[in-house]
Amino acid sequence: MTGVLRRRNPAAKIIAALLVAAGLIPAVDPVTAGAVLAATALLLPFAGLDRRALLTVGLPLVLAAFSVGLVNLLFGESGPMTAFGLAVRLLAIALPGVLVALTSDPTETADALVQRLKVPERPALGVLAALRLIPLLAGHWRTLTLARRARGLDAGRNPAALAGQFAGKVFALLVRAIRTGTLLATAMDARGFGTGPRTHARTSRWSGADTALIAGTALVLVAAHLLSVRLGTWRLLFS
Amino acid sequence: MSGARIRLRGWGWRHAGREEWALRGVDLEIDPGERVLLLGPSGAGKSTLLHALAGLTGPESAITGEEEGELSVDGAPAERGRGGTGLVAQDPETQLVMARAGDDVAFGLENIGTDPELIGGRVREALAEVGFGHGPDRSTAALSGGEKQRLVIAGALAMRPRLLLLDEPTANLDPQGAAQVRAVLTRLAAESSATMVIVEHRVAEAVGLVDRVVVVEPGGGVVADGPPGEVFALHGAALAARGVWVPGHEPQAPGAAGSTGEALIRATGCTALEPLGPGVDPRRRRTVLDRVEAAVAGSATTALTGPNGAGKSTLLTLLGGLARPDAGAVRPEGALARVDRRDLGRWPARRLARHLGTVFQHAEDQFVTATVREELEFAPKRAGLDAGTTAAWVDELLQRLRLTPLAEVHPYTLSGGEKRRLSVATALSSGPAHAPDVLLLDEPTFGQDACTWAELVALLAELRGQGRAVVMATHDERLLGPFTDVELRVAGGGVAPAVGSGR
Repeated sequence: MTGVLRRRNPAAKIIAALLVAAGLIPAVDPVTAGAVLAATALLLPFAGLDRRALLTVGLPLVLAAFSVGLVNLLFGESGPMTAFGLAVRLLAIALPGVLVALTSDPTETADALVQRLKVPERPALGVLAALRLIPLLAGHWRTLTLARRARGLDAGRNPAALAGQFAGKVFALLVRAIRTGTLLATAMDARGFGTGPRTHARTSRWSGADTALIAGTALVLVAAHLLSVRLGTWRLLFS
Repeated sequence: MSGARIRLRGWGWRHAGREEWALRGVDLEIDPGERVLLLGPSGAGKSTLLHALAGLTGPESAITGEEEGELSVDGAPAERGRGGTGLVAQDPETQLVMARAGDDVAFGLENIGTDPELIGGRVREALAEVGFGHGPDRSTAALSGGEKQRLVIAGALAMRPRLLLLDEPTANLDPQGAAQVRAVLTRLAAESSATMVIVEHRVAEAVGLVDRVVVVEPGGGVVADGPPGEVFALHGAALAARGVWVPGHEPQAPGAAGSTGEALIRATGCTALEPLGPGVDPRRRRTVLDRVEAAVAGSATTALTGPNGAGKSTLLTLLGGLARPDAGAVRPEGALARVDRRDLGRWPARRLARHLGTVFQHAEDQFVTATVREELEFAPKRAGLDAGTTAAWVDELLQRLRLTPLAEVHPYTLSGGEKRRLSVATALSSGPAHAPDVLLLDEPTFGQDACTWAELVALLAELRGQGRAVVMATHDERLLGPFTDVELRVAGGGVAPAVGSGR
């Protein structure tokens, strides 16, 4: 069963995640969002996820939700239930997004965006090509740090010097990034990118399970709202 | 399928925002199937001409500027992609688009609207043509430099180009990678009917592939044209004087120091792990260097050699005190130990810069100010030298490295050779004795023309003669000859004196 989510078409996963966001933004009570969150959590064992990756992305999310709840509890005017509701809602909206990101292959995602969701080719492939450059830029940043030390620059604990050095490194990195990006764009153009309609070597396949994922998501959302209405906890934004 | 015919009449190009023409008045005809080496000094617009032939210049293209005269491929204006033109540039890192090898080769075919049914077969064919040793699902990130560049060539070949343009295709590769790519190109030159134009300033790399040599002049047109033997007999010396690496006219490095001085740096039991970053599993970091031993002596040249990715640069940053090893120690000895006995990685940056200078492979990485002069004043000022002494010393350095007319320009706007000279000068500008005790350089001669190369090597020899230690990570065969006193080979996580070293 593991990898069930991994095998779904990225477009289906993106639509499902957007559906969750659209369905939960108006609801500020903890029950609606909590029910959706619980349903999403049930998917986790079948996502085929690396526990460490989930933790790395999940922990900051939990912290963010906690601080949203705390701020609303201390300074909000709608009481503890809404504060709790806002925190749970943040998690319930964000978790599906995290799952999409962690279970989708970048190439398949670009294919799905272009072929299924009709996103224009240039931005979709541009982002895909840029993803390849991220480890390269991380390496550049390390080199820039070493080079500052080689020149005798040591900010120590002086915040002004630290900020100045950081700005210098960001500028140098930007110059490198732009240069690298230009070279890559030239190479893509040289291979005829953007000269006319493209064909696709890989087909982004859509199966019944992809439709089922979207339908299931809609069902869960409706059920969550109904449950909250039934329990008398249902509360909408600005009500 | 035959090759393309190229015709230029009074062709010229001026980059947007520039005063001078990169090329002007170029008259050139290349017949189908001809293989041409395009030569000229740095800045002669050779790459620009290739880009123009690939249809990459013009009002709606990446490269903008002013064009004059006419340029045609098969009687029509150059048109990218669809015209059946393939371009291979220097750095494979910035030419691969996709995450998997097969997808990358397919990218160009998709762009020109090839029937998806045919793409799979064409991809397999192209991969076989370049002798790619992995399946099409192989991650492009996991390839060596030579494999990446062969994949780039496969990407061009899959489109069945009638014109193949090669812009220093082996310049960014280590010797093994360059040999692999050279083998592919040699076979292509023999078997393909495509017209080929190669830009390469190291003539020996390309001369076996071509049957004609065309020499261009910066801001001018064609100054020599003919079979290789004839062109080099007539113009070899003149080209060499302009920095082109012509066989038989190459600059020579000075000999060994004879005797080496006392040890200045000693690394013991040094282990370095792959740095943390995106895409690196913190629990499974690769061991780059495994308990290595190395020593650096004064009055001597120490060369760190080995394939790319084996850890030469990592060892250089450890020896230079820029990074700390994950295990083991890098300690100062002799004169350096009298300055500060702590491990080099614990020295404050200011003290480190006064005694050890590091020159990075990409000179731009170490520029920290906005003009060439400020760049050179930076270290003496921080060392507390007074204004008069600083100015005198900076003027001397500017003069020495032929940077005086450029004193007020931004370092980023310099040419490749000028940037290299400036980055060496900044490393020398520190310290009361006007130069550090140890100078460490990462691929100092990489991509340099013959003139800059000769100046650089003369300077390093002089520093060595003054008792300083020169350490360089390099795979430049010419530096590894007699000029190198000690060669340390970095490979497979270990460091060992190379056979025949210690001359």
